[in-house]
Amino acid sequence: MTTYQNIFTQVQVRGPVEQGVHLPAGDEPRYGGGFFSHLLGRIGNAQIGPIYLGFTGVASLLCGFIAIEIIGLNMLASVNWDPLAFGREFFWLTLDPPGPEYGFQPFVPLNEGGWYILAGFFLTASILLWGVRTYRRAIQLGLGTHVAWAFASAIWLYLVLGFIRPMLMGDWSQAVPFGIFSHLDWTNNFSLIYGNLFYNPFHMLSIAFLYGSALLFAMHGATILAVGRFGGDREIEQISDRGTATERAALFWRWTMGFNATMESIHRWAWWFAVLTTLTGGIGILITGTVVDNWFIWASENGIARPLD
Amino acid sequence: MALLSYERKYRVRGGTLIGGDLFDFWIGPFFVGFFGVTTIFFSVLGTGLIFFAASLGDTWNPWLIDIQPPDVSYGLALAPMREGGLWQIITICATGAFISWALREVEICRKLGIGYHVPIAFGVAIFAFVTLNIFRPMLLGAWGEGFPYGIMSHLDWVSNVGYAYVNFHYNPAHMIAVSFFFITTFALGLHGALVLSATNPGKGKTVKTPDHEDTFFRDILGYSIGPLGIHRLGLFLALSAGFWSAVCIIISGPWVRSWVDWWDWWRELPIWS
Repeated sequence: MTTYQNIFTQVQVRGPVEQGVHLPAGDEPRYGGGFFSHLLGRIGNAQIGPIYLGFTGVASLLCGFIAIEIIGLNMLASVNWDPLAFGREFFWLTLDPPGPEYGFQPFVPLNEGGWYILAGFFLTASILLWGVRTYRRAIQLGLGTHVAWAFASAIWLYLVLGFIRPMLMGDWSQAVPFGIFSHLDWTNNFSLIYGNLFYNPFHMLSIAFLYGSALLFAMHGATILAVGRFGGDREIEQISDRGTATERAALFWRWTMGFNATMESIHRWAWWFAVLTTLTGGIGILITGTVVDNWFIWASENGIARPLD
Repeated sequence: MALLSYERKYRVRGGTLIGGDLFDFWIGPFFVGFFGVTTIFFSVLGTGLIFFAASLGDTWNPWLIDIQPPDVSYGLALAPMREGGLWQIITICATGAFISWALREVEICRKLGIGYHVPIAFGVAIFAFVTLNIFRPMLLGAWGEGFPYGIMSHLDWVSNVGYAYVNFHYNPAHMIAVSFFFITTFALGLHGALVLSATNPGKGKTVKTPDHEDTFFRDILGYSIGPLGIHRLGLFLALSAGFWSAVCIIISGPWVRSWVDWWDWWRELPIWS
């Protein structure tokens, strides 16, 4: 077992900072000269920066900053601006949505949930701008837009939880609060109120894809590291021009389970598993309370759960 | 024959851990080996017992088939077949099949001259299973603490055990495990998407390079971990998800009874109390 297992990079080569592929005319310059971190270089690239900011990047960071400020200052206000109490109560602090008496009104008094709507607005703006940014950066570098579409699937779940479902229910109070324990309590109560989410088939699918994603990344990451000594990490080259790394990786799985992906198709498996996790999850949340009121009763009526005697 | 175009030159003898050349052959695409034989033994016996145990129940509805462990009153003793003994043997078969499968993967790694990452990673999954159905029941003193074998019944078990500790979401190891699952899925989506975006840039365009991949992530985040590092990170994240899942369940019961009350220590820290 003293053989090379490719866990850490043994020798780091320091050339000049990579400035990156040329940007097309019309783009802004990149910021930061770039520098190296030895520790990062042990597991991956040692270089940090430069970064491209641009309009959507700056706007996204600004909106995200405002959202976190609103949430944090509201939490601080809830403990009378006492920093020690803020630390003591940190996990219990929360910024809640408006109560059910406000329905889905856009304008709610700030201390009654208006701050929540504002924080949600800025957080959503930040996330959507970031999504636009991933799309734009891909186009400008001549890449496909697969990252942006995968991100869109995560945004879908986020929007269902905080906006689309509360809108369909006509009630802001359905939205997930901002806070450590409060969002966990929301999750817990959501399941209890709607008859145990484990009986929701879309929840089952989402969990299966979530666990499947962990399984796939373990399988894929381990396979590529195992064939690292043959250059398996050079995936794009291996896709275009199959080498012995790809052949051994494929044969490992073929001999193990009778089936193998290819160097390209494993990334399609990966993309779909990750995307379907939030896609099915969002569907499962969206139809809870709007279409189905009690998942246990639904499952009992459809032969999935054993009806209570 | 189920041989890939390049497969023949890789089908060489050697690399086995046990049995020398005796089991060193393939059936169709499958490598057999000594541990292939033990895998078949455990999985056929285990699956057969699952069907037998199911036949003792009152339904063949696949959602509702339920094979329960023995009642906790049996403690760590062997139970009669119809009262959880089948669950005990199925658990032994499952563990035996999983470990056989991992060792068979080791033999295949040796045959192909590649690293042992996959069987080691699979070992973490086996560790999580064994923690759930062997280690934790042993710590609690009864096989009845294990989870039942059934699609809906194991979900009921998860639900009930969660509420038995008041609110499982307050379990810090559970928080860490769930976070790792989410982060793993996020990272997997990003990695899959990045490779596809470089190799599928659109009709008529040439395939892009790892430089484009690194530039994309540096432009967006200021850092790209790189084509080798992402696989180390992905493996670490996925294994962490499994490892912390095992931790979060084994500390529930043997060490902690209410996860909501467990947090009292935080408020009692001398800094602010």
